[in-house]
Amino acid sequence: MSFDLLRPLTDLPPGTEGVLVGVHGGPGASLRLRRLGLRPGARVRTLALGPWGGPVLVEVDGCRVALGRGLARRVLVRPNGADAGT
Amino acid sequence: MPEPEPPFPRRVALVGQPNSGKSTLFNGVVGYRAVASNFPGTTVEALRGQIRLGPHRVEVVDLPGTYSLLGGDPAERVAREFLLAGAVDAVVHVADASRLERSLELTLELAELGLPAVLCLNMADEAEHRGIRINREKLSAILRVPVVATVASRGQGLEELLASLPQARPIHRPPYPSDVERALAAVGQALPREEPFRTHRAAQLLAGEEEPPPELRPVVKEVRGKLGACRGEDPALALADARHAAAARVFEAVAMVGSARVGWRERADDLLMHPVVGFPLLLLVLFGLFGSVYWAGSALEGLLAPGLDALSEGISRALGAGPLAALLRGAWDGLVAGLVLVLPYLVPFLLLLAFLEDVGYLPRAGFLLDGLMHKVGLHGKSVIPFLLGYGCSVPAVLTTRILDEERDRILTAALAVMVPCAGRTIVILGLVVRYVGPWAALLLYLGNLLVIALVGWALTRLLPSESPGLILEIPPYRLPRGRNLLGKTWLRLKGFALLAWPLLAVSSAFLALLEALGWAEGLNAGFRFLTWPLGLPAEAGVPLVLGVLRKELSLVMLGEALPGGVAALSVGQMLVFTVFVLFYVPCLATVGALGRELGWKRTGLVVLGTTALGLLLALLVRGLVRG
Repeated sequence: MSFDLLRPLTDLPPGTEGVLVGVHGGPGASLRLRRLGLRPGARVRTLALGPWGGPVLVEVDGCRVALGRGLARRVLVRPNGADAGT
Repeated sequence: MPEPEPPFPRRVALVGQPNSGKSTLFNGVVGYRAVASNFPGTTVEALRGQIRLGPHRVEVVDLPGTYSLLGGDPAERVAREFLLAGAVDAVVHVADASRLERSLELTLELAELGLPAVLCLNMADEAEHRGIRINREKLSAILRVPVVATVASRGQGLEELLASLPQARPIHRPPYPSDVERALAAVGQALPREEPFRTHRAAQLLAGEEEPPPELRPVVKEVRGKLGACRGEDPALALADARHAAAARVFEAVAMVGSARVGWRERADDLLMHPVVGFPLLLLVLFGLFGSVYWAGSALEGLLAPGLDALSEGISRALGAGPLAALLRGAWDGLVAGLVLVLPYLVPFLLLLAFLEDVGYLPRAGFLLDGLMHKVGLHGKSVIPFLLGYGCSVPAVLTTRILDEERDRILTAALAVMVPCAGRTIVILGLVVRYVGPWAALLLYLGNLLVIALVGWALTRLLPSESPGLILEIPPYRLPRGRNLLGKTWLRLKGFALLAWPLLAVSSAFLALLEALGWAEGLNAGFRFLTWPLGLPAEAGVPLVLGVLRKELSLVMLGEALPGGVAALSVGQMLVFTVFVLFYVPCLATVGALGRELGWKRTGLVVLGTTALGLLLALLVRGLVRG
């Protein structure tokens, strides 16, 4: 597994499944995300992108969470499957 | 021989993660007192209710939902501070059974706190829908507290829950990894002997959530450094991970996860949150809301008006002339106006708003509007106060507590009070839709949004943005329950019936008396500085100013002050009047709420700013209509 397979949440087309690998930035954002189940190792699925640079809708543990674009850009995910880089 | 009675808790607090159904449970236990809705952050302050259990009186406190006892937004902090104040005998820990694994992390924090608790697995039906089966006996054995399954929305399991209260015990905490336990113990030992919440305080210090007192600083620094080095991450994250791992172990031991059923609730979001289709649907929902309120309102008004008018005429004839008769007639007219003009629109509006809240649409609207909100310096969570603002500005202002940053709270509150509340909607429906046309009302609503956006954009330049970004849980859709819809509507109507209705009668009587005594002219002349530039008849002066009490009052008073009723106004005057009422000073109750949330200095700025804005816009409309 090489690092170039890691993609920010904002780059994933809706419907992509993957594993959350890490969150860029200070512990504050990480902590806030973990409360909702968005922790390293969590299986996530992107569902939709909000209009006009809106949030990313992700599903984690069966819960749906909207993440602002700025925050979602810092969430790194390893998409499932080998063709993830395309 | 009488058996020794177990000690009965006298004050019980409901604690749980946001949107786990605490308020619904509270209402089920103490009667409908708390507004319960399907979005995280409905409750932003502690609400109390009394119940009798056999010979005991128990006070039940509904606390704002909190994901964690560490940090969080101001609403979440209310919950933590209430628990730490030491006045709680037992905690009813309300956990959403369909999200048990995540809820258990809060359970462990409550175990650190050490207060006696019972665990309530709420939304047991939803857990089943998601294919989760929980072994309650095993969970109870692990945590050593009573575990009761409930479906609060249907009142199931509430009696069993109340009966378990005397068995409330401190929650047993399964151990964390040894390095975390050692760190907790090391800080805990350094705390003063009389510290009542030792483990909790140690966790707060370890997480860096609390600034250590000088004598503890070396210990805390050393232990934090060790744990951080050991884990390769911030101690706060290490602690959160330790809780998560322990919660996951408990969850695996007690839960069987089958396959979730996929139904309309899972599929609806494919359309309603779709970036292209979702937005027109949002507009459709909003138009549908106001359209049906107008349709239902005018139908109801048509039913009520003829009979009441005839009655009014009869009463008027019987009373005759003179100041006393004028006073009584004024009071009667005020009551009738409340019944004919306000209630027919208010009731359908509140019912439909309650429906949207309970289905769970509000956070979806927040998702769709987040992108646009960013352009005016806010984020999507602010949408919830805004949407609540269409009902009433007071809860809109209070709900800004769900925002993490003070800057966002100030901006959102200042902007949300300009959203036309139900009172202002009544003015729009009763004046603009009726006499000018629905298209004009539509323009007013859209224009209102545009103005709010422009003001927001301008204010953002003054308060530079450091918004941490949106994190908003999108709850599942739920079928609204009639009981909650009616209870909530009644709770909000009570505000009208107890406050606004008497106010209408008193103001109307006051106005009638002024006229009978021939003083109205003088008073209105005093407000000419307002009515003259706006091109409004002098009689509009007192009604406009009285609108500070309640916005709908302006319209009702205006109808009574003008010899020919509001129909005597020109279209331009109607629009100018409405625009001014729409923006100038939020009503007194809102000013009070703003004062408490933002402080009086900022509130003063909001009052001045909105009045200036109202005048400016009304003048602009006057110019446009004339031109």
